[in-house]
Amino acid sequence: MKAAGWAVLALAAVLAVGAPGFFTAANLRDLALNNVATLITAAGLLLVILLGEIDISVGSQFAVCGLVIGVAPWAAPVAGMALGLANGALCGGLRLPSIVVSLAAMVALRDAIRWTTQGAWITLPAGFQWAGLGQDAGQWLVLGFAVLIVALLGWALANVGLLRNIYAVGANAEAAHLAGLPVAAVRIGTFAALGAMVGMAAWLNALRFNEVQPSAGTGLELKAIAAVVVGGASIRGGRGTMAGTVTGVVLLGMIGAALTFLGVSAYWEKAIQGAIILAAVVLDRWGGRDAR
Amino acid sequence: MILLQARGITKSFGAVRALRGVDFQATAGEVHALVGENGAGKSTLIKVLTGALEADSGLVERAGSVAAVYQQPALFGELSVTENLALAVERGRVKGLINWRAREARAKELLSLAGAEIDPQRLASTLSLPEQQLVEIAKALGTDARTLIFDEPTASLSQHDAARLFRIIADLKARGTGIVYISHRLEEIFEIADRVTVLRDGESVAERPIAAVTRTELVMLMAGREVSAPEPPSGKVPGEVVLEARGLKVRKGEIVGLAGLVGAGRTELALELFERGEAALVPEDRRQHGVIGAMTVAENVTLASLRSLMLDFPAEQKSALDYQARLGIKTASVNALVDHLSGGNQQKVALARWLATSPRALVLDEPTQGVDVGAKAEIHRVIRELAGQGMAILVISSELPEVLALSDRIAVMRRGEIVAIRERGQADQHQLLDLMLGEAR
Repeated sequence: MKAAGWAVLALAAVLAVGAPGFFTAANLRDLALNNVATLITAAGLLLVILLGEIDISVGSQFAVCGLVIGVAPWAAPVAGMALGLANGALCGGLRLPSIVVSLAAMVALRDAIRWTTQGAWITLPAGFQWAGLGQDAGQWLVLGFAVLIVALLGWALANVGLLRNIYAVGANAEAAHLAGLPVAAVRIGTFAALGAMVGMAAWLNALRFNEVQPSAGTGLELKAIAAVVVGGASIRGGRGTMAGTVTGVVLLGMIGAALTFLGVSAYWEKAIQGAIILAAVVLDRWGGRDAR
Repeated sequence: MILLQARGITKSFGAVRALRGVDFQATAGEVHALVGENGAGKSTLIKVLTGALEADSGLVERAGSVAAVYQQPALFGELSVTENLALAVERGRVKGLINWRAREARAKELLSLAGAEIDPQRLASTLSLPEQQLVEIAKALGTDARTLIFDEPTASLSQHDAARLFRIIADLKARGTGIVYISHRLEEIFEIADRVTVLRDGESVAERPIAAVTRTELVMLMAGREVSAPEPPSGKVPGEVVLEARGLKVRKGEIVGLAGLVGAGRTELALELFERGEAALVPEDRRQHGVIGAMTVAENVTLASLRSLMLDFPAEQKSALDYQARLGIKTASVNALVDHLSGGNQQKVALARWLATSPRALVLDEPTQGVDVGAKAEIHRVIRELAGQGMAILVISSELPEVLALSDRIAVMRRGEIVAIRERGQADQHQLLDLMLGEAR
């Protein structure tokens, strides 16, 4: 996490010298809005990664929740939680490998959407966009809500006893079981919580538009996993912080925009992101560990 | 002809001296048995003999290679018998293409040498345990091993399969292979061994021809002469029965010791009690199961007793500091990661976690294994204190002096069953070992 923090500062310093235009309020706000979905998804995914599990179906869940908004906006987090619960039951209850379960969910959900929508965009209910507040106030509403949710989850992760169980199960499931923790329930609940967060992400993201496309959320899982890992969480579980994950989202979100401002070809974006992810894993292996 | 000669073997793990100046040899056409209590140093000696471990001092001379057949065979389940044998024989050094026909022919030859009638094309995972052992023997023969070590090979075999194994061992012996045979089953030793060495506390205390020793003498040699004098009954009045399993009852305020050989089913009994929700369990392998190394001392202590929705950090610190003082947990801070603590202190953390839940019954599985003397005494003190406060306690230990010193009553387990229960003062080390090993047939 420390490494990601320094990288953000270094990048900011380079931008301050090379492209001061980056730091206009409008640019920063747009950048933040574009990363709202990744931020909330990554915050939820952090919980599952702390558990030592993975969920690569979050992009498809995001799209399903988008469709649900077309019918009933409030139902998006509920739908997300239901999808997460299904993954959780298979991974936590039946102990199937989460990479396989969520791969299946990713493919199946995406094709289900394609079949349901026949590729057509979904028109959202009138007055849904910006919650009827207009663009200016609406933007601040989306950003404020996103920050609130992530801050709340981060606070809960450090202060609520039930969430500490996630660390215990992720660090050593057998020991957690012998300490009397309900290991299966912890796993199932964590997947469900991720689903609810994805639903929330879809809802907040949709507030920016008057339509939702069926291909929404494609590649979201990769962005979110990358941010969590760059933020110092161990992919093996048991270690990671919300502050780290937020830093990871900020770093990866800044890179793309920064390259444009610095006049570097956008083709380099993915290559640089890849290098950062690798560096994060290397640091995780050989670097100093954060307390948590 | 001597095939394997070890002289003055010494090996330490940290502060624990596993072997102290052990001499041992294997002779062509002879079965040399190695016996000793749990923890006497048998496994370490085998590893030194095969070369898997390097001795701190001493000399091992080998004429031809040495192979070991363990109680739990280590085959590649998803590969065929032929491939398993080929891997051992070729050791990954195949030049050019694989000659499957030659491989299979060699596999058949080795299997028949080992007395096994197994289709070499079968996957190793489809073999029964005795069949897997035979493949292990074939593997050893394939590496032209002149000395074969059998480590508790009959522990999970039926009598019929064990008899077949003995015939194969007799065959190997007749062909001039040197055999080292380790078993807790003394009757087997008398059946197949020519010579026996007794290990105790890392030392070789006797080496005799089998004809020159009796079963009673062997047990005496294994237990040691200075059998600790049984202490008199404590005179405590036991309370109501809190724990009950397989005919064993543990009452309020009582410490029951559970003795038995490794594999007698003691840990399974402990897990059964825990899963039924009747007792808190401090498990045997503390790094794997007891503590969560990536969490702090304070977090580990409160892990099982967290009830409130919100974490109460001041209370957590206070509780951790209380237990640190009460159990003498040596750590720089209660906020240090448990990974950084010594084994004895990790064990105290595991113990503290359960004390924080105030359980009615506590099961401790090998509570002082690998723990230094000071920490051991402290753990014993805590166990007595808890019983004094009315907890029902079951202590599983492979160390008979520990069982004798702690217990109000002692239960002996053998092959999954409680075979005897003795009051304090009614059994000594020798008698317990005799019960653990089983009646002479």
